[in-house]
Amino acid sequence: MTYLPKPKLHHPDLPKNELGLTRRDYEGTISTLCAGCGHDSISAAIIHACYNLSLPPHRIAKLSGIGCSSKTPTYFLGAAHGFNSVHGRMPSVLTGAHLANRDLIYLGVSGDGDSASIGLGQFAHALRRGVNMTYIVENNGVYGLTKGQFSATADRGALNKRGTANGDNAIDMVGLALQLGATFVARSFSGDKVQLVPLIEAALTHQGPAFIDCLSPCVTFNNHAGSTKSFDYVRAHNEAVNFLDIITGREPITHEQEPGTVKLVEQHDGTVLRLRKLDTDYDPTDRAAAIDYLAHRQQAGEIVTGLLYVDSDPTDLHGHLGTARAPLNRFDDAALIPGAAALSRINASLR
Amino acid sequence: MQPTDVSNPAFFHKVVDCQWACPAHTPVPHYIRLIASGRNADAYMVNWHSNVFPGILGRTCDRPCEPACRRGRVEEEPVAICRLKRVAADNKGDVAHLMPKPAPRNGRRVACVGAGPASLACARDLAAAGYGVTIFEGGQHLGGFIRSQIPRFRLPESVIDEEVGYITALGVETRTGHYVSSLKSLLAEGYDAIFVGTGAPRGRDLDIPGRAQAAANIHLGIDWLASVSFGHVKAIGRRVIVLGGGNTAMDCCRSARRLGGENVTVVVRSGFEEMKASPWEKEDAMGEDIPILNYLVPLAFLHDGGHLTGMRFQKVRAEHDAKGRRQLVPTGEPEVEIPCDDVLVAVGQENAFPWIERDIGLAFDRWGMPVLDPATMQSTIANVFFGGDAALGPKNIIWAVAHGHQAAISIDLLLSGGDVNDRPPPHVTLVSQKMGIHEWSYDNAVAIDLRYKVPQREKSLALADLGTEVELGFDLDLALKEAQRCLNCDIQTVFAPKLCIECDACVDICPVDCITFTANADEPVLRESLNAPSFNMAQDLQVLDGLKTGRVMVKDEDVCLHCGMCAERCPTGAWDMQRFLLDMAQVGTMPPRIKPHAEHVPA
Ligand SMILES: Cc1cc2nc3c(=O)[nH]c(=O)nc-3n(C[C@H](O)[C@H](O)[C@H](O)COP(=O)(O)OP(=O)(O)OC[C@H]3O[C@@H](n4cnc5c(N)ncnc54)[C@H](O)[C@@H]3O)c2cc1C
Ligand SMILES: Cc1ncc(C[n+]2csc(CCOP(=O)(O)OP(=O)(O)O)c2C)c(N)n1
Ligand code: SF4
Ligand code: SF4
Ligand code: SF4
Ligand SMILES: [Mg+2]
Repeated sequence: MTYLPKPKLHHPDLPKNELGLTRRDYEGTISTLCAGCGHDSISAAIIHACYNLSLPPHRIAKLSGIGCSSKTPTYFLGAAHGFNSVHGRMPSVLTGAHLANRDLIYLGVSGDGDSASIGLGQFAHALRRGVNMTYIVENNGVYGLTKGQFSATADRGALNKRGTANGDNAIDMVGLALQLGATFVARSFSGDKVQLVPLIEAALTHQGPAFIDCLSPCVTFNNHAGSTKSFDYVRAHNEAVNFLDIITGREPITHEQEPGTVKLVEQHDGTVLRLRKLDTDYDPTDRAAAIDYLAHRQQAGEIVTGLLYVDSDPTDLHGHLGTARAPLNRFDDAALIPGAAALSRINASLR
Repeated sequence: MQPTDVSNPAFFHKVVDCQWACPAHTPVPHYIRLIASGRNADAYMVNWHSNVFPGILGRTCDRPCEPACRRGRVEEEPVAICRLKRVAADNKGDVAHLMPKPAPRNGRRVACVGAGPASLACARDLAAAGYGVTIFEGGQHLGGFIRSQIPRFRLPESVIDEEVGYITALGVETRTGHYVSSLKSLLAEGYDAIFVGTGAPRGRDLDIPGRAQAAANIHLGIDWLASVSFGHVKAIGRRVIVLGGGNTAMDCCRSARRLGGENVTVVVRSGFEEMKASPWEKEDAMGEDIPILNYLVPLAFLHDGGHLTGMRFQKVRAEHDAKGRRQLVPTGEPEVEIPCDDVLVAVGQENAFPWIERDIGLAFDRWGMPVLDPATMQSTIANVFFGGDAALGPKNIIWAVAHGHQAAISIDLLLSGGDVNDRPPPHVTLVSQKMGIHEWSYDNAVAIDLRYKVPQREKSLALADLGTEVELGFDLDLALKEAQRCLNCDIQTVFAPKLCIECDACVDICPVDCITFTANADEPVLRESLNAPSFNMAQDLQVLDGLKTGRVMVKDEDVCLHCGMCAERCPTGAWDMQRFLLDMAQVGTMPPRIKPHAEHVPA
């Protein structure tokens, strides 16, 4: 835990983005998590991604539940909207907020306890409904905040800090997300920003439910030998299927790789995802194949990372419901109180 | 890149930009922290040990440390290092009891020629180690140019008396009014070694039409300043032209303003930016209503009936020829005439050694300078050494002091049967500053205050009297605030690769993006792959291998704030903040040496 605020002085040659902001402008207050926590690296990756995309911080809403992971929105995007919900209830608060104001960019930040234990139902339904959001689970396999009990993502047989083995099966959040209809699914690792930052950028630009399962070692309760969520274990078992560059807007798309090693996926908003494939057989646009592949690799003890599935033409909850284009706070009195004649028309249509 | 050898003291020394730039390698952040904790006497003694004249230098130093100061790269201006030194001197109280006692004599005799800062520094070191030192000075006073040239409104005489006094109190014999007219005969007097610190005593003249006819009102800058200093000159004409753009010119014009010059103008041949005077000196002169005109080449002194009436100048501009050399070429505009009553010529100084015979084995180069080894200061006569302006041409006080120390080391080595090339290494300590998880024995918060201005006396009062000091110095309150601007660059970031788990916490927290974990490569490639731009080639990269992933940790030392955030966020203690104290070797063991304990006395 650091008591001093981070010094305001920054690198004299720190670049600025299209909005004239530096990366430092996307920070929040200083983290109070344990030194070395993977969650802090994910916060840093979110800061980099929002900076790179030149997102206006005040147009972002960051929502979370309870947990060390759910505390992190305080530590990034100080100028964004924020909401800390009850444990496991972030998905429904986010869904409600989105229905009220569809113009904001929604970022849900949660933990494996928050989303796979107490909040599993909420998680499932938000994805099932197709809320247009970026949903990041900072997955450390334990309840960090309550001192390291196994969470529902802990692998069977993994040892806790005192050497006791976990007897329950693990919930695979990526598998769930694929089945529940998420249109963007990725897995990454807090210790690899080269992979993680572009994935967050792609998720933020994706116009549908985007889910990232990010392994994030808990240095205090789950970074020992026998853990399957430690820095060493994840590094040793990490199998990246692809690396992503994200191309927003104007710059020309060049194929410098050998044919067959690069796949371009154009998203609905015009951004292009350039995937440098490490495993040439893997096709991230085939949902069923992805489910199959992941199941096999998991059996082999591998942690598959990268962009696992993307639907380049996603739909979302507003589309399914046919809601109004404008956010509710833009409706004027005339629109909100259409008058007796309108009421009669509606009543008549129901008779 | 080859992994960095951090056990070589030069690596961490270079990180302490100010100390590295100081010719005497004064441990600047160490004394600034002492000032901040109210220990002015200790801060004074740390300075006294390194640079001999803290009170004098705290007012007059050329401050090579300040342009080097890291603060100037992360913010607008460097720390006011020089003026903080003065704070220690002004507030130290009585330090006589902290001074070394005269040492028992070792029977060796050393003569120092000239009583400027070079000789005085050399004499101090040798006397404290037991050498019998005699200083010969042609003038009536000790201090050299410090006494004769630097005007009193910049440096009160009492400060010179005090600091010269600490040296004579060590039992140094001084013979003022004794001009040494022959090195040959001095050698014959049987001294074991001779140190020459005679300065660069001759002012350069300007031989253009009218010089002879108007001679009565044309004065050589350094001669005129000496006459003013010793009270022989008390007035000057109403309209004065000062020729030249260096220290001397600035002191001439400001002195002239105080002696009756109402219309004082400085004229330089080249551009304002190229002037040799320090920016703050130019600022002070302009603040006293003295215009500085540039790109004017003197053509003639104008006179009428043996009286100076003015000067004529040609307008020029700077141009680069085909080879890229800079030249001044006439603009073709009409010549400029400036009326005046007196002219002060301050266009440079020359060395002169009329008292050194050319047939005694002491070699001079083709510029008339003695042939020396710049590390040992030894001449071609084994027991004759040079220092200060006499050694390498006109420089400044702090260089004179640095030469004095080095010559003293050489003399000590020579006379104790050692090899003068066998330079003693500096004393170095590296001590962890960790007191708790986020508690350090130094103040690691980074103040964002901009540089504080030194209060000055009101202009009308300052200009009324030649002897009134213009600068009032920082009071203790301002000093504390200014001291907080120091980034503590001597508190080093020491990395232990074996402990690192590559969690990125340090990378993420670093406010200035110093740290990168990446694949190793040659330096130019590595510099391109860092998290922040790395353009400052003068600043080293700290590169360490031995990480589990096979990558290297690269830290660009350029703009590190030494805030310790990396060490606070590191879960394994792979980063530690350690205080690096480098204390240059000196003759003997002069107390008090820097002690490696913390500056803060717990309340
Ligand atoms: C106007 C002016 C202002 C300056 N201002 C500054 C400043 O603000 N800060 C700064 O750092 N530097 C300043 N300098 C430069 C600084 O004064 C010199 O660099 C410094 O004093 C050199 O020291 P030194 O010991 O080599 O010789 P000096 O200080 O020149 O002393 C040499 C002494 O030797 C004596 N001497 C010479 N020959 C003989 C002989 N044969 N026998 C006996 N005695 C002899 C001389 O009388 C003189 O006292 C200034 C210089 C000038 C001219
Ligand atoms: C309704 C409710 N039940 C239980 C808790 C206690 N609790 C706080 S955080 C937490 C688990 C958090 O785990 P996770 O989401 O994985 O976050 P981490 O701390 O590991 O990042 C629990 C069970 C609570 N705050 N509220
Ligand atoms: S307990 Fe674990 S998850 Fe929580 S802050 Fe500490 S390291 Fe991070
Ligand atoms: S001390 Fe550490 S965190 Fe602070 S600026 Fe230097 S490298 Fe960065
Ligand atoms: S915080 Fe410590 S363990 Fe983590 S990467 Fe930095 S040095 Fe290594
Ligand atoms: Mg957890």
